[in-house]
Amino acid sequence: MRVDLTVNGETYALDVEPRMSLLDCLRERLLLTGAHAGCEHGVCGACTVLLDGAPVRSCLMFAVQADGYDITTIEGLAPGPGELSPIQDAFCETHGMQCGYCTPAMVLTAHALLADNPAPTRAQIVDAVSANLCRCTGYAQIVEAIALAADRMRGLNWPERGW
Amino acid sequence: MKPAPFEYARPSDLAEACAMLAAGDDARIIAGGQSLVPLMAMRLARPKRLIDIARLGELSFVRQEHACVAIGAATRQCVLEREALVRTAVPLLAKVMPFIGHAAIRSRGTIGGSLANADPAAEIVLVAVTLGATLVYRDGTSSAEMAASDFFVGPMMTALPATACLTAVRFPVWRDARIGVGFHEVSARRSDFALAAAAAQVALDDNGICRRLALGVGGVAARPLRLDAVARALAGTRAEEAAVREVVRAALAEIKPLSDLHASADYRRRAAAHLSVRAITDAYHAAAGADAG
Repeated sequence: MRVDLTVNGETYALDVEPRMSLLDCLRERLLLTGAHAGCEHGVCGACTVLLDGAPVRSCLMFAVQADGYDITTIEGLAPGPGELSPIQDAFCETHGMQCGYCTPAMVLTAHALLADNPAPTRAQIVDAVSANLCRCTGYAQIVEAIALAADRMRGLNWPERGW
Repeated sequence: MKPAPFEYARPSDLAEACAMLAAGDDARIIAGGQSLVPLMAMRLARPKRLIDIARLGELSFVRQEHACVAIGAATRQCVLEREALVRTAVPLLAKVMPFIGHAAIRSRGTIGGSLANADPAAEIVLVAVTLGATLVYRDGTSSAEMAASDFFVGPMMTALPATACLTAVRFPVWRDARIGVGFHEVSARRSDFALAAAAAQVALDDNGICRRLALGVGGVAARPLRLDAVARALAGTRAEEAAVREVVRAALAEIKPLSDLHASADYRRRAAAHLSVRAITDAYHAAAGADAG
């Protein structure tokens, strides 16, 4: 079945089986392997991508359902090759990760949170990242990273969607 | 964790969707897919054909209809979360929205999907039962409706005909000036399915007497239960905690709770009693704090 997907600003015409998840399509067809396959039934959050800026589980969506949306994966966040978005930078600086498996989804979840709420409380950050399972860090440095990124982004005059 | 093969169809309107459903062939409606896709991934569901109604504009709305608020079945939960009419007219629904999955689930999940899935622990199902909502559906070319108390039959089971598509749900609006709501649930982790949940809505008169009250418990039995005996016993009182505790215990003594690996029947009954008392107390205080008029 034919589907046109817009991912990180590029449009791709693909022929997929209806049962192929958006996650598998991103990973196997577009080779965007930053979205990770964890539980594959919507619980762990490792496959989170942004659909028109909102976080979604790409394992709970079929690729054939995803035409017409603006899809953002972790590969689309950095402003240029070798650069990092302010959120990615903050995750590095506070070491908001260990094994890294949940990290792309954590960063995207944080991205959606801060786009919606530039000054979240600690409780709001905790609520947002509770959607993504991390079995290494205990979350403390992830929460710290998002608070740091929020603080920096509030103080910067970034162009709209410029990172 | 890969679904079995299926055909995918995206009808351009409800009439076409219903015609496809009526044609049979083991077709299922998909909207947000947040409950159906996990079942398909685990191959607990193997529909031959998916009929996608997620983009049907005619099924996505929130509007006042006489003494009710009507919500289109394909309205996404993240839209309801921010909808002013839901907050003011159906405050109990607004109250439970943040407890439904996570933001990433609510950005795709729909109100109709949750109702049709009929999970006994689902918050939207609990609110529909507690407030006595009406479910509206289309079967072929004819429309029909059903009370929530008749619609939910058991765990993941509804009275919706196999060829029908849920189109809307109507929540009654309480017109009283002083209304308060309360909701509490316990789950193993944040946003996991509730082991027990309680939702309450209270309307007070100017003297702080309950004009009416609705209490429902979810996750406890095979479907959410509205405890009308509690509502009757507390109407005309100030819902003092000791009295609430007593009538809630008596009402819950009558029910047969679920028992599984996660929680025993006894635990569910006790948790439901505590959560009910807290929900009613919160609702009472919220109503007492609400401006008369």
